[in-house]
Amino acid sequence: MSLDPAAVRRIAKLSRIRVDDADLAQLAGELNSILGWIEQLNEVNIDGVAPLTGAMAMAQALRADVVDDGGYPDRILANAPDRAGNFFAVPKVVE
Amino acid sequence: MMISELSLAGARDALRRRTLSATELTRHFLGAIEALNPQLNAFITVTPELALAQAATADAALARGAHGPLTGIPLAIKDLFCTQGVRTTAGSRILAPFIPPYESTVSANLLRDGAIFLGKANMDEFAMGSSNATSAFGPVVNPWTGKGDNRQLVPGGSSGGSAAAVAARMALGATATDTGGSIRQPASFCGISGIKPTYGRCSRWGVVAFASSLDQAGPIAGNVEDCAILLGSMAGHDPKDATSAIVAVPDFAAACRRGVRGLRIGVPREYRSDDMPPEIETMWQQGLGWLRDAGATIVDVSLPHTKYGLATYYIVAPAEASSNLARYDGVRFGARSPGADLIELYENTRADGFGAEVQRRIMIGTYVLSAGYYDAYYIRAQKIRSLILKDFTDVFANVDALVTPTAPSAAFALGERMDDPIKMYFNDVFTVPANMAGIPGMSVPAGLDASGLPLGLQVLGKPFDEETVFAVAQAIEDAAGFVARPSIRAEG
Repeated sequence: MSLDPAAVRRIAKLSRIRVDDADLAQLAGELNSILGWIEQLNEVNIDGVAPLTGAMAMAQALRADVVDDGGYPDRILANAPDRAGNFFAVPKVVE
Repeated sequence: MMISELSLAGARDALRRRTLSATELTRHFLGAIEALNPQLNAFITVTPELALAQAATADAALARGAHGPLTGIPLAIKDLFCTQGVRTTAGSRILAPFIPPYESTVSANLLRDGAIFLGKANMDEFAMGSSNATSAFGPVVNPWTGKGDNRQLVPGGSSGGSAAAVAARMALGATATDTGGSIRQPASFCGISGIKPTYGRCSRWGVVAFASSLDQAGPIAGNVEDCAILLGSMAGHDPKDATSAIVAVPDFAAACRRGVRGLRIGVPREYRSDDMPPEIETMWQQGLGWLRDAGATIVDVSLPHTKYGLATYYIVAPAEASSNLARYDGVRFGARSPGADLIELYENTRADGFGAEVQRRIMIGTYVLSAGYYDAYYIRAQKIRSLILKDFTDVFANVDALVTPTAPSAAFALGERMDDPIKMYFNDVFTVPANMAGIPGMSVPAGLDASGLPLGLQVLGKPFDEETVFAVAQAIEDAAGFVARPSIRAEG
């Protein structure tokens, strides 16, 4: 399986990373060399093996569904690139 | 007293005897950073005023006899740990303006125990790298150089700043993190010790996330006992991290003195390769000989899926990273690049803010998680991860610990292996399996290669049995008598 520039363009779009057209071919080459190397996993027999999602078998941690933190909008907004009152500000989304 | 000759435990004892003050100690290390950081670039941010204020508090506590386990001990903090009021960059342009309004649990535990923070250690961007070359704040230089070779060497990565700072005596110890070898490989390259504890041993809360099912914090220090002391403070259950284990923290430092008599040490045959430098094979055999002399039994074992560890890692880790790094969108914190609409703002912010390696991994992760490829790549990788874990579970039924080389080479020159990502990935071939399985692993310096560069041995243990790992590592340290020093090192 090999990625062409159009496939890399789609992946970049999904990744929300701007990639200039001039860079697509080189990036496709880099990604293909990594994916080509990963192909070796196809030789492993995985019949009947359950996927491992985490490193340690532990029970799901639960806690009471109550508010136990918060109430400090200024700390939350202190690193915002742009704000409007107690809100994060972004370019206009809805016309 | 020569402060640059003191171990962390030695400095702690001198502080308690009051033959040394925390202020003197802190001034010494701040002086060492001022003198050496322009050459080594081990720190991204240095916080002298804060450190001296913490030292004054420590001296007051010591005067009252009210000291904690680490009162007055100056440390470097990897710039992946959020530190309240102190810029935390993760080695990335995208977090260059980020000043956390909160403290990570691990660094808070160290402060609770009296530690002093000298500053934030340089690292590969978002901990993605094995040479510290991907940092947006410039590469770290290894304080070691080869005999008759004046080329600058890499310190390893991603915790390259932490390792270089400790090796050059710019700090008594450092925090670090390890997702695929980022504590153990730099420790090996810099001739010092470092442990990646069991997954869940240290809280990940407030540690900038890379691959959440693999990331684990741990210490880097000058010797095995110093690592044990630091881990004792860093570890512990934290309700703020749902994967933090509810397991008591034992006396790790005491475990260093247990000895290895009667232990069964496994030697995985798959860790031997034809292209491994002969010095590494020699050091490995020598290390096993030391353990045999100290009363351990050496046993050949097999971890048949070892060879698939790296490729599996390069599906699982980028997949988790692509999800974790989605939060850097230029809206709530971090750098923003303008765009005509919101999508363009996201795309410009992430193109300008992330370096090439991070972008590559986000895209690989996005691809292997995307519709149509998820089963072929991601689910397959998770199944192979099960097989890797089973390999370890099976051998640990018969042995107490495993001993392997930490890395397939000594430190290499800055700029080398940059043209081929896969070649760079091979640095972690011996360390990645422990992350896949969640087990503890430690690197301890065991010898030098032909050009006089340090080589480390790796000790792997059962889940939550860091005590045996420390005992074995200590036995190697005792027998190795590793006294070689880097060419750049603070004095006084």
